[in-house]
Amino acid sequence: MDDKYYLEFEKPIVELDRKIREMKELAPGDVGWLRDEIAELEERRDKLQSDVYSGLTRWQRVQLARHPLRPYTLDYIPIIFTDFIELHGDRLFADDKALVGGFARLDGDPVMVVGQQKGRDVKQRQYRNFGMCHPEGYRKALRLFKLAEKYELPIIIFVDTPGAYPGIGAEERGQAEAIARNIREMSVLEVPILIAIIGEGASGGALGIGIGDTILMMENSWYSVISPEGCAAILWKEVEDPKQAEANRIQAADALKVTAEDLVNLNIIDGVIPEPLGGAHRDPARAAEYLKKSLLDHLKILMNKDKQTLLLERLRKYRAMGVFMET
Amino acid sequence: MVDWFNRARKGTPSAEKRDIPDGVWTKCQSCNEILTVMSLDKNFWVCPKCEFHFRIPAVSYISLLIDPDTFEEFDADLVSMDPLEFKDLKKYPERIASARKKTGRNDAVICGMGKIEGIEISFCVMDFEFIGGSMGSVVGEKVARAIERSISKGVPLVIVSCSGGARMMEGILSLMQMAKTSTLLAMLNKLKIPFISILTNPTTAGVMASYASLGDVIIAEPKALLGFAGPRVIAQTIGGELPPGFQSSEFFREHGFLDKIVSRPQLKKTTTQLLQYMWHQNINQT
Repeated sequence: MDDKYYLEFEKPIVELDRKIREMKELAPGDVGWLRDEIAELEERRDKLQSDVYSGLTRWQRVQLARHPLRPYTLDYIPIIFTDFIELHGDRLFADDKALVGGFARLDGDPVMVVGQQKGRDVKQRQYRNFGMCHPEGYRKALRLFKLAEKYELPIIIFVDTPGAYPGIGAEERGQAEAIARNIREMSVLEVPILIAIIGEGASGGALGIGIGDTILMMENSWYSVISPEGCAAILWKEVEDPKQAEANRIQAADALKVTAEDLVNLNIIDGVIPEPLGGAHRDPARAAEYLKKSLLDHLKILMNKDKQTLLLERLRKYRAMGVFMET
Repeated sequence: MVDWFNRARKGTPSAEKRDIPDGVWTKCQSCNEILTVMSLDKNFWVCPKCEFHFRIPAVSYISLLIDPDTFEEFDADLVSMDPLEFKDLKKYPERIASARKKTGRNDAVICGMGKIEGIEISFCVMDFEFIGGSMGSVVGEKVARAIERSISKGVPLVIVSCSGGARMMEGILSLMQMAKTSTLLAMLNKLKIPFISILTNPTTAGVMASYASLGDVIIAEPKALLGFAGPRVIAQTIGGELPPGFQSSEFFREHGFLDKIVSRPQLKKTTTQLLQYMWHQNINQT
């Protein structure tokens, strides 16, 4: 793992990793004179790793979901799919770089894959607008969904956004309308839709490409009506003390119940995709492998349903969401 | 408009007190013109000088739009629960309790059936006084049922929105109400049953990004705040000032996301005329 980027709670693990690597460089091969020391350190690291990651708080998971090394849509696509042909533009205004999509093959079978895309370095982050779509992103997605419907391809969607972009241009071009239309249109698309939240699922920005038959979340992703810091800002206004601000975010994440496990308990999502210990960024190849397996398993179920069943079940799924009482 | 606030007076005395100034004289909140309460009341709480629309209680839109004695409320007994056991400064059930006390209603939307110039419709009006008109499970369910009544009875749908968006205290469940209502609107759309969305000040975020934006025709009162993101969030993100008139009804129409801006005194007439066009095959001309 690249040790330039790490979260506060990852620090001791990253430091042990570094020590192990240095010792291995000093004594390459299995028979090196530091063999016992390395083995001991590795054992310590593994223990520490399982201790840290088995007791993650919700806020820590949010941070993992935003980890600068976490795999993004375009990292997964070449590992999971073959023959990806990216398609650009909404045919109305522009090509939104925060949303990518196109034809691809999943184990040889043709699909449409669409996902939000973040950038890795400063330049890329700006280019991808930090994974925050403008209306043209949602409209490009809808164009691709309709294309998939026309040629009877199942749709696979990767959600990873800190939110729909709140900007002047976005409002001028109808951010709300674009999201509303997508929600309505996706609910009646006559092909299977399989959704995986791979990182951040922030509110309407996520829901705008998030209506489908099966909704899955990766183990360290989050999905909520508002981000924990957005919630904290509303509830506690501005806080000077950074420690207090952090405590508020922790409390907000807990109050909002944003993790995959929470959303299973609230009957909102259909499954959790496991990640390698420590998060997808610790072993992207394995994370992709788990994701692919999950996609294949769930897609198989969806492909066996006829159109009517699929649409009826999708409608019923959303119709049933909500908790209230009739007095 | 003699009985303008009769319903409000009976049902929600406290709401009236807060929204509508006491006494004989009052000042326009926008242009500072001194006005008599009686003249304002006669003018549907629209300032005669600058057209500023005072916020009126949700229930007033029933008497404004629906023919007298034709409104029948449905689902008034739906009550929020606390699925997240949400607690910030106050517990969510306490917030609900105080909103119920304040408004005399169980949640942030009133739904029912009524007639508008003799045309039967399914009708919803959101109540900003109830936790900012926010949409949680109850609002979502009530709007969903109103759409279903439109479908099962084969009558047009009219929704008057007034909301800051999804209700934070029900977390992801609130977000999913956008999906619940919009999927049913897809059905309504397929069945070619008219839906008129009326936007009042403010209609933003989760409500704007779901049913409020999905009307066959969308109309708004003048100078309402409309949009996806809140103006403060946008100003923060872009790190600058927002242009004047940004996210107003006028801005929305200018950019192509609103059919008409309709002043409150004209709201019933315009809505009726629109329905008479879209629903002409089903209206018995008598």
